[in-house]
Amino acid sequence: MRNVAIIAKREFKAYFATPLALVFIVIFLALTGAFAFYVGGFFTRGSADLTSFFAYHPWLFLLLVPAIGMRLWAEERKSGTIELLMTLPVSTVDAVIGKFLAAWAFCGLALVLTFPMWVTVNVLGTPDNGVILASYLGSFVMAGAFLSISSCISALTKNQVIAFIIAATVCFLFTMSGAQLVLNFFQGWAPEVLVDALRSMSFLTHFDAVTRGVIDLKDVVFFGSLIVMWLFLNVIAVELNKGR
Amino acid sequence: MTEMIALTRLTKHFGPLKAVDGIDLSVAKGEVLGFLGPNGAGKSTTMKMVTGFLTPTDGEALVDGINVVQDPVAAKRRIGYLPEGAPCYGDMTPSSFLGFIAEVRGLSGAERRRAIDQAVERVEIGGVLQQPIETLSKGFKRRVGLAQAILHNPPVLILDEPTDGLDPNQKHQVRNLIHQMAEDKAVVISTHILEEVEAVCTRAVIIARGKLLADGTPEELVRRSPLHNAVHLDVAPNIVDAVIRDIEALAGVGSVQRDSSFSVKATLIVTSKGGAPIAPALAALLQDKGHEVSDFKTEKGALDAVFREITRGPNSNAVSGDAGHA
Repeated sequence: MRNVAIIAKREFKAYFATPLALVFIVIFLALTGAFAFYVGGFFTRGSADLTSFFAYHPWLFLLLVPAIGMRLWAEERKSGTIELLMTLPVSTVDAVIGKFLAAWAFCGLALVLTFPMWVTVNVLGTPDNGVILASYLGSFVMAGAFLSISSCISALTKNQVIAFIIAATVCFLFTMSGAQLVLNFFQGWAPEVLVDALRSMSFLTHFDAVTRGVIDLKDVVFFGSLIVMWLFLNVIAVELNKGR
Repeated sequence: MTEMIALTRLTKHFGPLKAVDGIDLSVAKGEVLGFLGPNGAGKSTTMKMVTGFLTPTDGEALVDGINVVQDPVAAKRRIGYLPEGAPCYGDMTPSSFLGFIAEVRGLSGAERRRAIDQAVERVEIGGVLQQPIETLSKGFKRRVGLAQAILHNPPVLILDEPTDGLDPNQKHQVRNLIHQMAEDKAVVISTHILEEVEAVCTRAVIIARGKLLADGTPEELVRRSPLHNAVHLDVAPNIVDAVIRDIEALAGVGSVQRDSSFSVKATLIVTSKGGAPIAPALAALLQDKGHEVSDFKTEKGALDAVFREITRGPNSNAVSGDAGHA
């Protein structure tokens, strides 16, 4: 655990060593605001909640979270520092978890910085703050799931751009797997069980449930087990690819 | 002597390529082992297996009695490793980088500060501690890498080309550092700079195409050179034939060659039979006969020649090209 914390700390600071952190946070805040006010119609809906704010999080994360995750392993392999890291007395599992937690904490920071939205809605009306808290948590956990995918894919290549594009595509498939666009492709030839399984993999379905204020164990387990699974694959990917 | 590194039939295949092919080797405390070989010989791959970065295809590596594959974390604690090219996190400063390494190495508080101070002092990077590593010169980067490797005072030190890219002063400094630390450690350095082996190593192994080809002290290896204990002398051209005749009659002389280069002086290279020292007998002979010699020096024999001789096996044109300028 100690090693996880040390690695997470270094990794977290690394985000702030370059303009990446600043650029990311500014863009994230600008886009969440723009979507909530212009596309989601925050004012015209006339209801004191943050539904129009959270509704666009899956789509923003789809592009922005792979941007945070792409450097995690690809950069280490490109610069050769992976040899340094992997010959320190640290297990691969510690390193994978430490890096993931750092990036996740960074996502968390970006989410926390959207607090003016929460202040605004509380000034304008009396929203159900329980629902808002649940939505924030749901959004954070969903970001973690996107991030675990991005981190794993980052370990498969030395090229950050490739890592970004593939991760964004995989995240897109997970987000959309409940939509007819994706399901149509499988319906008709695949067994009903598979189509149902695919539908149940959709981030949108699970996230919608959470933003309605219902924290269902099944949604938490869904995102949690997804994170564990992708991090497990991440460990394998690092082990297999580190020497190449 | 305590055996700090023990390799048994260590093997690594990359697909059909046998990068390391059954190496047996042991390094004791107090030894500085020079790992010599042309580029692509398997030096780095062997080091990567000893440090636990790569998993061997076959065979085993023990560090201080600990199997690197079975208990990698415990083995890695005992190793200080400078990977090839000295990779460091470029966006960190040496100060924060060494702080991070110290933490991972389990050092804290006063102990941590002392370890960092000592390493910084040893590699002399005190002036650049607050500059991002990516802005440092190659020599400084390498020294930051070295500081990282020696930080926790490890019993086993593995340095992959520690002086590559350093200027002569820095090379000298790094060699001194290795000397200083060698006493209570087992040190392995890889290099293709042969003078370095003679300067710092107590023992050298030559490896090519994944196999161990020679093992001995640098002196032992040099002794394999045909020029070992040969003597160079410069004489005036008008007496050169008489001198050659006299020298050839001397016992212990292997051959006398006249250097064909144009010069006002004739240079003779006298090799000894079996590498025994012939300089004293030769000097006495020249004095006896009253030949005037303007230069007289003994050749130790170049490790280069031995290296080329040993590593130039069948179908090795590609590797001997590298060895030529090493």
